[in-house]
Amino acid sequence: MSVYNQPRKRVIQLIILGMIALIVSRLFFLQLVDKKYSKLADANAVLKKVVYPSRGMIYDRKSRSILRNEALYDLMVTPASVKKIDTAYLCHILGIDKDEFDRRIANAIRREGRVRASVFASLLTPETYGKMQESMYLFQPGFELVLRPVRSYPYGAGASFLGYIGEISPTQLKNPAYSSYQQGDYVGLSGLENTYEDILMGQRGIQYLVKDNLNRPQGPLENGEFDTAAIAGKNLRLALDIELQLLGEKMMKGKVGSIVAIDPKTGGILAMVSGPTFDPNLLSGSYKGLNLGKLNVDTTKPTMNRAIQATYPPGSTFKPITGLIALDEGVINPSFGYPCHGGYAQCGRFIKCTHSNPGHAANLRVAMANSCNSYFMHLYRLSVDNGKWGGVVKGQVKWTEYLRTMGLGHRLGIDIPSEKAGKIPDTAALNRVYAGRWNSCSEVYVGMGQGYLDLTPLQMANAMCIIANRGSYFIPHFVESIDNDKSARLQKYKERHDVATHISDTAFNSVILGMEDVVRAGTARGAQIDGIAVCGKTGTAENYAKIDGVLTKQPNHSLFVGFAPKDDPKIAIAVIVENAGFGATYAVPIASILMEKYLTDTISVKRRPILQKMMETVTMSPRMRTKSKLDSLNSVSYIATSGEDLLKKIISH
Amino acid sequence: MNRPQAKLTTGIDWPIFGMYLALVVIGIMAIFAAEYRDGDNIVQNILHQNKNWARQVLWLSICAILALGIWLTDSKFFTATANLLYAFGILLLLLVLAMGTDVKGSSSWLAVGGFRFQPAELTKLCTNLALAKYLSSVETDFSKLRSRLIAAAMVLLPCAIIILQNETGLALVYFSFFLVMYREGLPGILLVIAFSGIVLLLSALLVDKYILLYIFTGLAALVIYFSRREIRRKRSRLALIITIWAFCSAFVIFIVPFAFTKVLKEYQVRRIEVMLGKENDPKATYNTRQSMIAIGSGGFWGKGYLKGTQTRFDFVPEQSTDFIFCTIGEDFGFVGSMLFIGLYVALMFRIIYVAERQRSTFSRVYAYGVASIIFFHLAINVSMTIGLAPVIGIPLPLVSYGGSSLMTFTMLIFVMLRLDADRQMVLR
Repeated sequence: MSVYNQPRKRVIQLIILGMIALIVSRLFFLQLVDKKYSKLADANAVLKKVVYPSRGMIYDRKSRSILRNEALYDLMVTPASVKKIDTAYLCHILGIDKDEFDRRIANAIRREGRVRASVFASLLTPETYGKMQESMYLFQPGFELVLRPVRSYPYGAGASFLGYIGEISPTQLKNPAYSSYQQGDYVGLSGLENTYEDILMGQRGIQYLVKDNLNRPQGPLENGEFDTAAIAGKNLRLALDIELQLLGEKMMKGKVGSIVAIDPKTGGILAMVSGPTFDPNLLSGSYKGLNLGKLNVDTTKPTMNRAIQATYPPGSTFKPITGLIALDEGVINPSFGYPCHGGYAQCGRFIKCTHSNPGHAANLRVAMANSCNSYFMHLYRLSVDNGKWGGVVKGQVKWTEYLRTMGLGHRLGIDIPSEKAGKIPDTAALNRVYAGRWNSCSEVYVGMGQGYLDLTPLQMANAMCIIANRGSYFIPHFVESIDNDKSARLQKYKERHDVATHISDTAFNSVILGMEDVVRAGTARGAQIDGIAVCGKTGTAENYAKIDGVLTKQPNHSLFVGFAPKDDPKIAIAVIVENAGFGATYAVPIASILMEKYLTDTISVKRRPILQKMMETVTMSPRMRTKSKLDSLNSVSYIATSGEDLLKKIISH
Repeated sequence: MNRPQAKLTTGIDWPIFGMYLALVVIGIMAIFAAEYRDGDNIVQNILHQNKNWARQVLWLSICAILALGIWLTDSKFFTATANLLYAFGILLLLLVLAMGTDVKGSSSWLAVGGFRFQPAELTKLCTNLALAKYLSSVETDFSKLRSRLIAAAMVLLPCAIIILQNETGLALVYFSFFLVMYREGLPGILLVIAFSGIVLLLSALLVDKYILLYIFTGLAALVIYFSRREIRRKRSRLALIITIWAFCSAFVIFIVPFAFTKVLKEYQVRRIEVMLGKENDPKATYNTRQSMIAIGSGGFWGKGYLKGTQTRFDFVPEQSTDFIFCTIGEDFGFVGSMLFIGLYVALMFRIIYVAERQRSTFSRVYAYGVASIIFFHLAINVSMTIGLAPVIGIPLPLVSYGGSSLMTFTMLIFVMLRLDADRQMVLR
């Protein structure tokens, strides 16, 4: 009977071939058409281990490193390997209880699974690390200590501009600029750390390891043929003088305000203080998150860099600029005088002047020395109403254009983020405020530095550079050079910006001489330094603040701007102490101490009491101070000992 | 022994013997590739028997002795003892069910001394012999329903016991005997029905049951409409159509959901759902996914022997047993896979050729049985490694690591070679 079924052999062969064809077509698709599988295989079997280079250092102008790379340790746990350990003892060392221990283990399992290591305790304090290290053999192999590089700041200074590093945020990770970063990488989040992230970070190396299915490294891939070595970050060299910075920060303790000192010849920032400030070590190490939270809610707003983020009416310190513009426009010459009798009445209202004796504004130099309000308001009006431009609007446009070229009303472009632009009375603003109807009298106060005018301390210091340099400035910047860097990165800070080009040197000198008189015999006598010709201008800026919803007049801001020495300026400075009253009381001595320290590298014995007094006085409002936790936060630092040593040396030198 | 004393190898079918040897050697090399780590001492591995490939070498030598023994046995022995062996096999299966050792969720293993043995493998041989014996006997008229039912029962009995042992994959292989029965006269319509059954099952799993109900109803209505003249002549036709419709509807609405919730184990349901692409749980798809990555990453020429990263670093589970094809797919790529599968196809076609040249029904049925078993193993095993079938643990014949499997296939093939060598004899 089998013979009859012979053709069925063919059917069976066809069934076999049909199935085989199905398998072959599937294999064809898997192995030849779809390329994703080989990519998946790479991801599967090759472990890319990132080798972190050491982050670039930051040095001050005398090559003192103002921060260090410190090695802190994370305690890592591999849950599957935790066996028979003295849990109670581990909890004791870490200062946690059993519940917390269980919770952390559970978290670790949830994050990375049982066989991979994840963080159990991050950035151990040196004491905890010490204890852990001694007893590590008790907890291995489930627990391991893993090195994490962090920054430390021996001087405890410069928090406001150095910035801090932290784990990259998910939003940053989406940014193409951070495409090379991975979750958990550290990145500069503010200040110089942020601006120069690409330079400081260096180039990360990649080590390829072959791994097994449980992600356990099995050894280098192809003997390390594809590995890339890590290249250390480049070092930044700042114009900053850490001693100056430290002194400034100490003097701003208990005060709200800021100090900006610039080398007018280069635009390099010698010191930038935002008061009150915090120890940068607080934002590095184990308690970063906690401290950042506390600093962010502190009533004194220590995380705000007031030198570039706060804007103030410049008050009388603006008068040299009003004078310069008038001179450059040619509406006056240095001998121009104004008959002030204790006030300015030409605008239909009487605006008081501090002086009423005749001749106190007989010429530019005298008016400057006496800080005559009437004189400078009049200069503003002359400039704006200058027939040459044809109309007040065009005059105002021209006037604000001058301000812009001097770096006012826009961001200067300093090399740290979050700079504010300030505000100047441009026509758009005036149209808005006065509904389109305004003349040179409407905002006449700007001539004396009040009214629609707010500048950052950085802009005020930069304006001093312009006067010190007789009409030019460099964009203020921290970084003077980058080690082993040939890029044009710092090019924009090397270019000279010329302003007020129509003024003769003699005319310039009349403004400068006026400022010298202010220090020699005027309101800023406290700024005198033996043997050095200091030029300056005090200011006392009226200001208002909303308190409980009501706009209330606040105590005046104490301001001083200046530069020294007169003929070969080496330092230009702006000091603002908020709500501290008359300019001469706080701003002048603070600026003077810093200029003396910078120019003579010492503080004369007779002026040490002033320094002491400045460091101790508190001008902050009790409201702000009583609720602030800043001082207690700053007092816990255990790293910034070099700062204290240096300070002692300066004082007792 | 009425054979003339001649050379030991007289009558051996060399192509089959050669392909057998080639597959076993490829298998050992593949197991070696799956396990080898830099620095392994091969001699020590052999001496200490601490690697699967080394154990497989030992199994091969045992198989060599076994094969020689079979080769020296008279063909009549197999026909004579077929039923006895079948009874012994069933007994062994029941024994395992009662006192089996649990290995990875299946209780189909029997531990004897230091060795573990899987009788479900061996009973394939017993069943094949018994089926051949039954179909070749003079009393059997396979065109009768009764004979067919007896034959089916002979196959389904071990199958049922094996399912109870939680070895669904191995049980499935017993359905390969229906291919043999088809060759021996089982109506072709049964194959069509079986195929339709598979299509029905797949659609029941993939498509919403109520949509299927509408489709069946629509189809039934169309069939009735177009065959209305026939129906007028023959009322039973209408009844048939309605019965089929009712069965299909009941199948998708009641039977499949019932099977899924009550009969099948949860892991089985998951595996089926994974295969159908219904389930995206990475843990459930892990095996298939890793296996597909390994094979897919082989590309055209493969990564080269011992160069595969997936199989060598334990990404693919069960890589020396059920997933051994991954190693070949990864190391030797598309070309290697084609040659490898081609070798199997050649073996199966050669066995069919050998089967058709037999004079005795016993030998022919037996040989077809061998070809069908190899075919089912190959198709299901390779399909599961490339994501065409759910992961059911059945080995790749002669290649996968495992003593029971290697021994069973060795015996299957060598009994066939013996029978073929004596094809001039008429065996009953």
